[in-house]
Amino acid sequence: MSVVFYLLAGLTVAGALAAVLLKNTVHCALALTVAFAGLALLFLNLDAQFAGFAQILVYIGAVAILVVFAILLTRGSETPKDGVYSRNWLTGLVIAAGVFAALGWAVLQSVGGLPNETGPAPVVTVLQIGNALMGRYVLPLEIVALLLTAALIGAVIVAMHEKEGAQ
Amino acid sequence: MTSVANPLAGYLLVAALLFAIGLAGALTRRNAILVLIGIELMLNAANLNLIAFWRYGPHPEALTGMMFAIFSIAVAAAEAAVGLGLVISIHRHAHTTDLDAMNRMKG
Repeated sequence: MSVVFYLLAGLTVAGALAAVLLKNTVHCALALTVAFAGLALLFLNLDAQFAGFAQILVYIGAVAILVVFAILLTRGSETPKDGVYSRNWLTGLVIAAGVFAALGWAVLQSVGGLPNETGPAPVVTVLQIGNALMGRYVLPLEIVALLLTAALIGAVIVAMHEKEGAQ
Repeated sequence: MTSVANPLAGYLLVAALLFAIGLAGALTRRNAILVLIGIELMLNAANLNLIAFWRYGPHPEALTGMMFAIFSIAVAAAEAAVGLGLVISIHRHAHTTDLDAMNRMKG
């Protein structure tokens, strides 16, 4: 466990906490970007370069921008009068704390059985990833392509402006 | 502390914390966009688990965990696009993104 891991973990968790806790929705989106960047750096720290850069491209480049667009289109940056938390916030907090307690307990109980040796970093080239995507994982790749097409068309149709009286 | 010695356990604990934060955000916030942000955080915590197990597992050269994470990122992007499209559509009909105010099925 290196200092780098603690710094990145602290950055990610702080960004996630800020994204959930801040009152202004635009600030939440910016804090979410920080959390995504911290996660991408954690991926790079785990020698998963391709996944790290895919995280930067997809999440920081696309999802964060989409969230900001949605906030601005729905005027969500105005803080509501009756607070930002739901009526049932205490129940949600208790459920989340319970889930974290269960997960943390499970991890700490099984820490002896986890692989401990770090070993040499696995060398993964983009050539290997491309070969795997076109060979062993070609069916999931095609399904993801279909899913992305359907999601693209579906999102446009759902958000498209409906004309008065049109079916 | 036992987790300090084991790098995988540290990543798993960070992922569990991120998941819990995302779950708390999804369950406690009023704004539908903030609920989507919480869901994105939960998906990212799962990805961190996949990559950590891939890195410290017995066969990292098989690329399984990383491929799963890459496909998961693609699916999460589709989910975000459709979810935010739904939020915009709901805002056009109901003029609010407050989930506590969305209590009817008929548009």
